[in-house]
Amino acid sequence: MMQTQSTWLPRNLSHFWRRLRALTIKEFRQLIRDKSNLAIGIFLPIALILLFGYGLSLDIRNAPVAIVLEDGAPMARDVVAGLRGSDYIAPRYVTTMAEAEALMRGRQVDGIVRIPSDFSRQLAQGRGTVQLVVHGTDAATAASLRGYVSAAIDGWNKRRADSAGRVSAAPGVELVDRLWFNSANSSTWYLVPGLIVLIMTLVGGFLTSMVIAREWERGTMEALFVTPVRSLEILLAKIIPYFAVGMGGLTLCLVAARGLFHVPLHGSLWVLMVSSMLYLMVALSLGLLISAAARNQFLASQVAVIITFLPALMLSGFLFDLHNVPTGIQKVASILPATYYVELARMSFLAGDNLNLIVRDWTILIVQFAVLITGARLRTKKTLDR
Amino acid sequence: MTLLESITGSLRRISFLFRKEVLAILKDPAIRVILIVPIVIQSLVFGYAATYDLNHVRYAVLNESRGAASTNLLARLEGSKVFVRAATLRNSSDIARAIDNGEALLVLHFAPDFDAKLASTGSAPVQLILDGRNSTTANMAAGHLSTLIGQFNASLPNAVRPPVNIEIRAWFNPNLESRWNIVPALIASLSMIQTLLLAALSVAREREQGTFDQLLVTPLRPMEILIGKASPAITIGLVQASLVFCVALFWFRIPFQGSLVVLYVGLVAFTTACVGIGLSISALSLNMHQAMVYAFVLIMPLILLSGLVTPVGNMPTALQILTYADPLRFAIDLVRRVYLEGAGWQDVGMDFVPMLVIAAITLPVAAWLFRNRLT
Amino acid sequence: MTTTALTVDAKDVVKRFKGAVGGPALNGITLSIPKGQLTALVGPDGAGKTTLIRLIAGLMKPDSGSLYTLGIDVAAKPQEVQDLISYMPQRFGLYEDLSVMENLNLYADLHGVPMDERRERFDRMLSMTDMAAFTNRLAGNLSGGMKQKLGLACTLVRSPRLLLLDEPTVGVDPLSRRELWRIVQQLVEEEGLPVIVSTAYMDEAERCKHVIVMTEGQVLAQGTPDELCRPAKGRCFVAYPREGELARTLQARLIDDKRHVLDAVPESGAVRFIQAGGTEPRDLEGILLGARCEATPSRLEDGVMTLLRERATQDGHEDAVETKNSSVQLDTKDPIELIKVRDLVRQFGSFTAVASTSFSVRRGEIFGLLGPNGAGKTTTFRMLCGLLPATSGFLEVAGFNLRTARAPARARIGYVSQKFALYGNLSVTENLTFFGGAYGLGRQELYAQVERALDEFQLREKKDERSGELPGGFKQRLAMATALIHRPEILFLDEPTSGIDPLARRAFWRRITTLAAEGTTIIVTTHFMEEAEYCDRIVIQDAGRLLAIGTPHEVRSQASGAANMNEAFLEIIKKARESRQTGFNAVEA
Repeated sequence: MMQTQSTWLPRNLSHFWRRLRALTIKEFRQLIRDKSNLAIGIFLPIALILLFGYGLSLDIRNAPVAIVLEDGAPMARDVVAGLRGSDYIAPRYVTTMAEAEALMRGRQVDGIVRIPSDFSRQLAQGRGTVQLVVHGTDAATAASLRGYVSAAIDGWNKRRADSAGRVSAAPGVELVDRLWFNSANSSTWYLVPGLIVLIMTLVGGFLTSMVIAREWERGTMEALFVTPVRSLEILLAKIIPYFAVGMGGLTLCLVAARGLFHVPLHGSLWVLMVSSMLYLMVALSLGLLISAAARNQFLASQVAVIITFLPALMLSGFLFDLHNVPTGIQKVASILPATYYVELARMSFLAGDNLNLIVRDWTILIVQFAVLITGARLRTKKTLDR
Repeated sequence: MTLLESITGSLRRISFLFRKEVLAILKDPAIRVILIVPIVIQSLVFGYAATYDLNHVRYAVLNESRGAASTNLLARLEGSKVFVRAATLRNSSDIARAIDNGEALLVLHFAPDFDAKLASTGSAPVQLILDGRNSTTANMAAGHLSTLIGQFNASLPNAVRPPVNIEIRAWFNPNLESRWNIVPALIASLSMIQTLLLAALSVAREREQGTFDQLLVTPLRPMEILIGKASPAITIGLVQASLVFCVALFWFRIPFQGSLVVLYVGLVAFTTACVGIGLSISALSLNMHQAMVYAFVLIMPLILLSGLVTPVGNMPTALQILTYADPLRFAIDLVRRVYLEGAGWQDVGMDFVPMLVIAAITLPVAAWLFRNRLT
Repeated sequence: MTTTALTVDAKDVVKRFKGAVGGPALNGITLSIPKGQLTALVGPDGAGKTTLIRLIAGLMKPDSGSLYTLGIDVAAKPQEVQDLISYMPQRFGLYEDLSVMENLNLYADLHGVPMDERRERFDRMLSMTDMAAFTNRLAGNLSGGMKQKLGLACTLVRSPRLLLLDEPTVGVDPLSRRELWRIVQQLVEEEGLPVIVSTAYMDEAERCKHVIVMTEGQVLAQGTPDELCRPAKGRCFVAYPREGELARTLQARLIDDKRHVLDAVPESGAVRFIQAGGTEPRDLEGILLGARCEATPSRLEDGVMTLLRERATQDGHEDAVETKNSSVQLDTKDPIELIKVRDLVRQFGSFTAVASTSFSVRRGEIFGLLGPNGAGKTTTFRMLCGLLPATSGFLEVAGFNLRTARAPARARIGYVSQKFALYGNLSVTENLTFFGGAYGLGRQELYAQVERALDEFQLREKKDERSGELPGGFKQRLAMATALIHRPEILFLDEPTSGIDPLARRAFWRRITTLAAEGTTIIVTTHFMEEAEYCDRIVIQDAGRLLAIGTPHEVRSQASGAANMNEAFLEIIKKARESRQTGFNAVEA
């Protein structure tokens, strides 16, 4: 037992630290000397922060809507007046439905509100109808648009009822809603925590996916193997510098989140930091496992994109709510470390510490790290036999 | 030598380079697998996952009233298929826990006097607490709920029909499924990633392995090398796009409204632009690692600015201008419109302009760099 | 545990690679290498030298048999062995983005060399390798020879109990080679360090106490160099060509007579050859055609060549070169100058790689470029092939400037680069077909040429194998076959024989002399100085400048008293460097 262990676990700890230090310094130097790493370590996080903070938004603003007033009566104008004042909708008045449809086909408007020519007549009989046609391709925008227009019409109905003093038209159940954790109702607030996930995944999974493969391809692995170095030391030395880069990215994001976008931090900072470190370790060990298994930069890079970056973007719940997806896909998502980190980060920023969630997600991340790093270690046996 | 001879000679050389490139890529079984299998899995998984639609909204109820009206209202919720009850709460202190744990996305709170008030005044509030961590979902859930409550109100005995009703129709996507929006966009986006990486690595890999010099001493002209290197990558991109297209059509059964010719001509223009970008990166990079990194640094913003995940229309003007440099934006627009709206040449003609401009710039730059990059 | 008096103790070691075609890489090796001596492993490509060294280092496990390194069962406890030995792989793992000193420090740290010991050790290594002035330079910016020396220095940052060197001098110029060996021998003498080295250079093996000849995964013979000379004893002769005949023409005739001649090489204007057993003087009369013949003492190379050739004859597979045209003798005074170079200069930033070089090459000439690593040979080469623009000067190849000329001009040259540069994951036939197509061969011609190349270069048996996985000799032949697929007028060969065993080198040069005789112009660089004897004319470059140009004889006589080309080369370089040094001193003063 001792014999097999001795090939990777050092007996003498002072030797272990000395070798680890030497290898880590080497990795740091290599990291710094390749300018392309700066692109991913510094340029990309900044670009992403700005993009996410200022550019990307799921909140609809100034959606162009054609308004067709086929009925010229003042009452008809009054119905749609409510649409004018909002930030959400940019009305564009046209006279015929054909004109509006042409605009819609050209995708110059996202929807059409049509007041039919018999509107006033029907309204007098209490049966007024407003037609709303939405451009369905972007379902999310369409759904929001539907909501805004309905709300505007409802408001008009209510005002009209009030002014008529008809008490009998009691509204029934009234919904009083309160949005917790995101009082500004801004998607930036939930996109920024997601951004941290992307950056950590990049540094962790993507940059490291090449580092072991590169040593194999360049022949440096063979030279390392015949030194007293243990495979665990090789792996740890590769984790440390990229860990530092990842934490740098995290700091950058935190400063931006608080300073530029004023995202609140309801939880404690240390919980967020520990969660981030754990996730980073998982991402790093995943990158190393890919690299050690592929031994080929071309393959490693393709695998890394497919199994680290894309799932983190699409499946982690950072953009698309996991509650909405079928159970099978939820199962897939529940394997992904990013899913847990997104949950933790959102909790820290928007909700505040929740012990149950922290304990559960941390445990999962620790287990994932242990499994992945063991896999990477087994794949980096000090032998040229495959 | 006549012009015809020189053209046929050129085509012959290109065909050999093309064959060589395809062999070099596809001979490795691991790479064959990685070019075909993941894209199918991704389009399936993302097709299901990438949705803003509400299904299975988990909610919790704190019903302190327990009267007929509240029970009736809750029954409507159960029957809607969208809302799934995750918990029944006992007192108001449970509300925070249910939301914090992510157990429920929303909590409906009926105050003790709810039924009484409704019966006596004809109006009563119901409190709705939403988890705003994902504000999009929260807003949509709130909207959905208010529609349900509107229907409930209309069914109340003393309900009065409101004077104005809305009649809603959705074009191109009658049930407003966001999958219809995402999956066609994946046709362009998913194929772009690997195509661009493949192109970016192609020359860098030959440089790292020393074979590029061997290629440069042959009579192949830079333009021939360019075409020979670009066309396999374009072909692979089109095959990948077709795979996603098949998933969209036959698995998700999203009806295809347009013409295949328009779709494929658009995809060819798009993949050519991507390959142009990839080859330029490749010609600039010293080794595979750099090519990879630069390709990736580009892919991220290309995807985020494309409108795949957030609508371009929601971006600030400055950023919208920047998206003109993103071929993916126009490819997604083109594919969606051809696929869902049945758009024809005149509808999507403008989408070709930015893609072709990018191809027309990057491809010659790459060809020039093949021979003139400082070593 | 067996006796620790042995450095290596191997019994019936067998190693087979998964998926490999043919016999096992090591097929029952039984060896005992005693302590404290310099041992050489020689033998053709694919003999299993590298595999044996990797097994000794514990990087692979044997399939069967027992192997003890320094008395330790290396299969069971590889790490224990690795803590004691130093190993320099063929492609030494220098970190090219680290400086010389950073590389040294890394390996010193990994081996746990204490700081106080380190200074002294580094000083010694740096002075031994002449690199004290370059400690801050990035390893990637060093020349090939310097990299190799740095690799050795990194391997020797501590005193190991055993040093393993796998072809440490491949691609290294004679100057650096001499220095490398000086370091190794010093260590053996001063520290009693046992060293096992594999090499393709027989003069290197000659310096070792013990030589092991391997072939096809087995030990063919072993003993001291003297003992291994014995098989060739009394069979070695030097033949002096008649007036007006080239040494290489005579050499070609001799080496083609496989029945009577085991080996023949040109040397100092004459031809050195080994008679096959049972050959009578009159058997050779028809070949020598009256050339004067003298007996000469046998060397290790002769002994090893004899052993290998006789073994190959037994097995019945010979690397026979088809030499149908060997009798054709082209007039080497063909006046057409195919390559003209005048005042060629190439600068990289402030560094001048090639300084004002002029020469010309006539049709059908074999033209050799010699020089130490970093002398500017490769830069000159790349400019001639059109891969690199010249900073200034005039350059014309086959009537064109390749850099600016249309592509058809490139159809007239063939190029074999320094390291194997064909598509590794394509098969032999696929590579040939691709390059044939790229050179614009027509369908039928292409098919015919591929078939011809498969036969002419003995590639048929491996035609469907991935070229990246071929043994070195096959790769080299494939590279040649590819460069010749379109029958070019000019063939550029950049260090074509680096890392190639002597048998394959003979075959290679036989092909080259045949090509030249048929009228192909050949430009070649090499680090084997004796190979310069095959050339019609050679140039010697150092530090970007042209130091000597002329026939091998002329160059030899330029260095007074040089017995062979190797000595002449070293002498010319030394003189040039000294005069440059005094020049610098004069400027400084």
